[in-house]
Amino acid sequence: MNTEDPAVEMRSISKGFNGVNVLNDVAFEVRTGEVHALAGGNGAGKSTLMKILQGVYHADAGSILVAGKPVDINSIQDAKAAGIGMVFQEFSLVPSLTVAQNIFLAAEPQGRSGLIDDREAVRKAREIFADMEVDVDPRAHVSRLGTAYWQLTEIAKALAQDARVLIMDEPTASLARHETEALFDLVARLKKRGISIIYISHRMDEVYRIADRITILRDGRRLLTEPLTNVTPEQIVEGIVGKKIEGQLSYRQRDDYSATAIPVLEAKGISSGNRVRNVSFTLHAGEILGLAGLMGSGRTELARVLFGIDPLESGEIWIGGKKAAITSPRRAIEAGLALIPEDRRAQGLVLDHSVRDNLLLPLLDRIRRGPLLDTAAGKSLSSSLIKKFAVKVAHPGKPVRLLSGGNQQKVVLAKWLGTEPDVLILDEPTAGVDIGTKSEILDMIRELAKAGKAVIVISSEYPELLAVSDRVLILRDGSITGDLKRSEIADEESLQLAVQGV
Amino acid sequence: MNNSTVSTKASGGGASDKFKRTLRELDWRRYVIYIGFVVVFIFFAVLLRDQGFLSPNNLLNIFRQTATITVIAVGMTYVIACAEIDLSVGSVAGLSSVCTAMALSQWGIVPGILAGLAVGLVVGSINGALVSLLGIPSFLVTLGMLGIAVGVAQWITASAPQPILNDTFNLLFGSGNFGPVPGLIVWSAIFVAIGAVVLSRTKFGRQVLATGGNRTAADFTGINTKRIKFQVLLISGVVASFAGMLYAGRLESGRFQWGSGDELSAIAAVILGGTSLFGGAGSVVGTLFGALLIGLINNGLILAGLDSSQQQVVRGAIIILAVALARKK
Repeated sequence: MNTEDPAVEMRSISKGFNGVNVLNDVAFEVRTGEVHALAGGNGAGKSTLMKILQGVYHADAGSILVAGKPVDINSIQDAKAAGIGMVFQEFSLVPSLTVAQNIFLAAEPQGRSGLIDDREAVRKAREIFADMEVDVDPRAHVSRLGTAYWQLTEIAKALAQDARVLIMDEPTASLARHETEALFDLVARLKKRGISIIYISHRMDEVYRIADRITILRDGRRLLTEPLTNVTPEQIVEGIVGKKIEGQLSYRQRDDYSATAIPVLEAKGISSGNRVRNVSFTLHAGEILGLAGLMGSGRTELARVLFGIDPLESGEIWIGGKKAAITSPRRAIEAGLALIPEDRRAQGLVLDHSVRDNLLLPLLDRIRRGPLLDTAAGKSLSSSLIKKFAVKVAHPGKPVRLLSGGNQQKVVLAKWLGTEPDVLILDEPTAGVDIGTKSEILDMIRELAKAGKAVIVISSEYPELLAVSDRVLILRDGSITGDLKRSEIADEESLQLAVQGV
Repeated sequence: MNNSTVSTKASGGGASDKFKRTLRELDWRRYVIYIGFVVVFIFFAVLLRDQGFLSPNNLLNIFRQTATITVIAVGMTYVIACAEIDLSVGSVAGLSSVCTAMALSQWGIVPGILAGLAVGLVVGSINGALVSLLGIPSFLVTLGMLGIAVGVAQWITASAPQPILNDTFNLLFGSGNFGPVPGLIVWSAIFVAIGAVVLSRTKFGRQVLATGGNRTAADFTGINTKRIKFQVLLISGVVASFAGMLYAGRLESGRFQWGSGDELSAIAAVILGGTSLFGGAGSVVGTLFGALLIGLINNGLILAGLDSSQQQVVRGAIIILAVALARKK
């Protein structure tokens, strides 16, 4: 366990895409039997570095040594052969196959006849699980198992390929608390067997609990590599956040919103599944409420409950001082709510349909004359929305899939604001949007609040939350753990610390 | 395509440039059915000019013979545009012809028509409920229903044809004319016109396309996609039962074999007409031309003297070719 030999060493790795340097002379080394945390903000280069190690990308410069020997990793197969395994954040299993079949996918044990020996596969899988000291039935179909078991299967799959180094990317994001505990125990056991683990996580408490050392990347360079006993959480957060100057994203003091007596939206102890637990909050007209929390903290799920997509299991939603029965998105829309969903391509747009048709979809009643739709009215309504939201499109009849991410997001915004909602919920409104469009969207949000709308903004980008929110709710494991006025939050670092709960 | 657009824009200016750009951006694949129709028509007109292909009688015949397929395919357009499939339409038509004939000889013309439509209503509702409420894939539901409907039709008639002696019915749904125009053509025109307007110009039509294009996004937009799926299968069933009455009227009898295999012709017509097999896009007028193209090919091949086995081979090849030309990218 304490051998100081590096299991993997990456030396002065550089990588660029289209002339933009993503990694600059980065050194990274993991010792045998070590849990090494890898941290960094968005775009710091973590995932690029890991993709180079897995053979997805090839480094422009630098070398990789496994167990002291230089290796050439050009493909995922090369990485596997070198003993590097990945536990995918989005799992790479075939749901219709059994656990054992997944573990030995494309490396099935064969009997003398040349046919696949399923019994042998099950036996070997049992051995692996016994070594891991976990109880998984190799003959169970993966589709019937919960996420925690998927993860165990992923780990077993990597171990079956004799992985000596495991990369885990936010492994606890989709786990319940007791499952997380079980995973940590497993990590400790793997460590004892001399397996090294690269642990990517934004959760400070986890990193402190299981990691031996941490490497922080910032802007494609290595900031530090230190044993965790030598660094404080404040140092790590500062390292991740950096001293970025985000002029366009800075907070502008807004006039105090008119805190009317009756809130536009009030959640009273609402619960749904195990990601939304007893959540209560109020939202007033003209107010922008930020929702902050780590991945899996229940931010998106809260939005889904409010909008009637997931069922409300207990608690009440009050709108404008009256109890509302929101059982479907249609009811939510009728009650004056609108949701800009997290994944605009999958949830917000019909990509093959024209910009105009997408814009008009929630507004069909407004352009109806008798049983028919008034084409001319639809054209003028969609054109006015395109103009109002500055969507850049050559012709409204073009399929929306041809637009850039930022313009697609504007179409989603325009589509929903056309319904003139009282409450607007935006889930990651600027994900995958260029910086210019980003500040445009943030300006729009401010304008809407000024016009008296109540807005909820969900974002994993703290600068953005801080730039627009009047108040920030902190979510953790589905519960609200903090309700902070913007003026009470000094900077991004203190918001990070509040979200981390350290 | 993106690159070329950009480069043309950069060079800019000039009416001819603009024309070229319009031409390049024109999505000709959407019109491949019309191009194909014209090409095949001219081909037969030249090749078969001595066999009377262009005679008014023959052209009317093409319309008449494709009427039932056209009607069924109009309903099928909604189902496919909604990213579902209905394989039961052919046997629904057969069962409807049988029920119409039996009720008609017993109780008269109005109960006969109602009995036929009731078949579509019941089968369509069952299909729709199983797909939208229980979430069973429509392919399986309607495949099962294909067998059930044709089996019931054969059972209640003991495989015997049910003659229809009511001349009013036969004239109305079959061989009669409305003024100078054959009734079958009028019926297909009505179905195509209503189908086209509803799909492209009503809220329901838009919601069908949105549900087929991206069901999740449609759900998030507040569309009750379960209801939409139910409705398209109901429409398809009722429309197919009407087509069954057209069979009954034209052939002056109800028989379980009427309509057998029509589901494949109807699906082919819909896909040829430019409706996406994966849902989200649909054109009823395209479907009409798809059905006419199939009728045209059938007619031309018969006049050319090919025997039925050869016809099947040529027809299959032409359909594959047309769909290959119409596919994206």
